[in-house]
Amino acid sequence: MRFLGGKLLHLVLVLLAVTALTFVLLDVLPVSVAHEIAGQGATPADVAAIREQLGLNDSVPVRYGRWLAGICRGDLGLSLYSKQPVSTAIASHLPVTLELLLLAQLFALTLALPIGIVSAWRADSKLHRLLGTLGFGLASVPSFALAVVLVYLFSLRLKWFPATGCTPLSEGVRVNLKGFVLPALSIALVEWVALMRVLRSDMIATLQEDFILLARARGLPDRRILLRHALRPSCFTMLTLFGVQTGNLIGGAVIVENLFALPGVGRLLLSSIFSQDFPMVQGCVLLIAVGYVTVNFVVDVCYGMLDPRVRREASGG
Amino acid sequence: MTVSDTHLLTVENLSVTIPSSAGAVRAVDRVSLALERGRTLALVGESGSGKSMFCRAVMGLLPRSAVVPGAARVTFDGRDLGGLPRRELAAIRGREIGVVLQDPLSSLNPVIPVGRQIAEPMRYHLGLSSARARERAVELLAAVGIPQPEERLGAYPHQLSGGMRQRVAIAMALACEPKLLIADEPTTALDVTVQAEILNLLGRLQRERNMAMVLVTHDLGVVAGRAHETAVMYAGRIVEKAPTVELFTRMRMHYTRALFDAIPRIDDPPHRELGAIGGQPPGPAAQRVGCPFAPRCWRAEERCRTEEPPLARDAGENHSYACWFPLSQEERP
Repeated sequence: MRFLGGKLLHLVLVLLAVTALTFVLLDVLPVSVAHEIAGQGATPADVAAIREQLGLNDSVPVRYGRWLAGICRGDLGLSLYSKQPVSTAIASHLPVTLELLLLAQLFALTLALPIGIVSAWRADSKLHRLLGTLGFGLASVPSFALAVVLVYLFSLRLKWFPATGCTPLSEGVRVNLKGFVLPALSIALVEWVALMRVLRSDMIATLQEDFILLARARGLPDRRILLRHALRPSCFTMLTLFGVQTGNLIGGAVIVENLFALPGVGRLLLSSIFSQDFPMVQGCVLLIAVGYVTVNFVVDVCYGMLDPRVRREASGG
Repeated sequence: MTVSDTHLLTVENLSVTIPSSAGAVRAVDRVSLALERGRTLALVGESGSGKSMFCRAVMGLLPRSAVVPGAARVTFDGRDLGGLPRRELAAIRGREIGVVLQDPLSSLNPVIPVGRQIAEPMRYHLGLSSARARERAVELLAAVGIPQPEERLGAYPHQLSGGMRQRVAIAMALACEPKLLIADEPTTALDVTVQAEILNLLGRLQRERNMAMVLVTHDLGVVAGRAHETAVMYAGRIVEKAPTVELFTRMRMHYTRALFDAIPRIDDPPHRELGAIGGQPPGPAAQRVGCPFAPRCWRAEERCRTEEPPLARDAGENHSYACWFPLSQEERP
C-alpha cells in the first residue's frame, strides 16, 4: 500500500511540474491566438474583445490556476478554435495512437526477443556479427525514411497495404489493422534494434553464470535453458527500455502519424501547438504525462514479477 | 591403464587447451586417472591448477573455444563419452553425473523456486509427473537435512542461508540418482562452521547411495578421512597421486609437502607462521621446459629446469609422483 501511495504522490508531482512548464512555454510562443480567431479584417477592438473573452489578459499563474481548478472538476476545457471539448477530441484521437503503439511494440518485441536470444546464444559466431551490423544499420535510419521505403515497397509496388489513412474499427478488424501495419512497422523496425541489443548483452552475461552451467550439466536442452533459465533474469534492461519507448509512443509518433495521415494524439498535439490552442495542448500533455507515469508503474510491477528479489524490497518499503 | 568393470570413470591422457591472445593456454595437461564405483577421489591444488577445467572436460561442458587434443579418452560406465552424440551425452550428464559447484548462490537460478529447480531434471529425464517430482523433491530436501522441506519448496534461493543453499544444490545434483558426483570446491564459499556439515553430508549421501565422487578442493586438510585416493594437481598436471593415507604418511612431492604445511593445526604454538609457498604458479601459457614447480621449489636443481619429470610410480607401489628428487623419509612431515 505504501508502494502504491508513493507512486500516486509521484504522479501528482510529475503532472504539476509538466503542465506548469508547458503553460509557461506556450505563453512564450510568438502566436497571437486572438488575432488568429478574429481573422484578417478584424479591428483592434475585436481582438481585444476576444482576448478578454478568452481570459488571455490574466497573468500566467492566474490562467494556470483556473485551468487546474477545471481539472479538479474533471473539466479539460474547450478548444479555443472549434469550441469542441478537449476530452472529446482526445477521446477520438487516442484509440488510433494506442493501436499504433500496441502494434509497433508487438512487432518490436517479436523481432527483438528471438533474435536477441539466438545471437546471445551464438555470441561468438558469424551470425552474431551479421545481426549486429544489420541492427546497427537499421537503428541509424530514421523511422520516416524507413516509412517511405516501406510505402514504396508494400503499398506502391506490392499493393499489400494502403499507403495512408485510417479506417475505423467499425468497418472491420482486417481493414483497420491493414492500415496500421506499415506505420507500426516503420516504428518497430527502428525500435527493436535497441531492445535486441540490450537483451543480447544481458543474456550473454547471464549465460556465463554458474546456474546456466549447472542447467547444462543437468542435461537440459539448450532451448529450455535459454527460455526457462536465462531469459527471465536477462530481461531487466530491455524491460526498462521498452517502458521508455512505450511512454514516448503515448505522445504519438508525430512524424509517422503525419506521414501516414493517421489521426492520432501526435497530430492533434502538433496542430494545437502551432495554433497555440493551449487547452488542447494542456490536455494532450496531461495525457502523455499520465501515460508515462502509468507505463513506469507497470514496468515496476513487472520487475517484481520477473525477479522475486525485487518483490521483497518493494514490499519492505 | 585398462578399462575394467569396476571402474566407473576412466580418463586417459586428457589435455585441454584454450586459445588466448597470449598463446594457447594449456589448462589441463595429460591427465589420466580412474575411479571405481562408490569411491572418492580428491583433486587438490591451488587456484588455476586446472581442477575445475578438468571437471568441465569430464562433463563435456568446456567453453566453446577449448580444444581437446585427439589422444584423450574419457570412459564413463563402459561408454566412451567422446564418441557419443550430443543428445545421449546430455542424457548421461543429467541422469548419471551430478555436479555441485563452489558458490551456491550463483549455482541456483535466482528467479525459480528451489522446489521447481530440483524437480526439473526428474521431470525431464525420468518423465515423472509434477506431483511425483514434487514428492521426490521433498524427500531429497529431507535427505540433505533441510527442516520443513515441504515449506521450502516454494522458497527462492535468496531466502535461504548459504549452507541451506548448498544443501539445495546438493539435492539438485542428486535428483536423478547419479552414479558419479562431481563436487567442485563445495565448501569454499561457506562459513567454516558449515563446511564440515556439508562435507559430512556429502560423505553420508555417497555411502548411502553408493555414488562415486570427485571432490575438488584447494585445501589438503579437507581430504584426510574423506577421500580414498588423492591426486595433487599443479599447472594442469597431476604431480602426485596415491591412496590418501599413503599420501599423508609418505608424500614424495615438495609441492604436496608445501600444501600440507599450509594447513593450520590445533597443536601449533600461537602465531606460528603458516607455510606459504613463495612465488606464483606458472602462467599456463608460458612455454614449459622442465618441471613446472621448479621455479618455486627449494630443492630444484639444473635437471629440474631442463627436463620434465614423468608421473611414474616406484615398483610394487600404488603411489605415483613426478619428481626427480622426491622427499626422503626424514623430510616427510
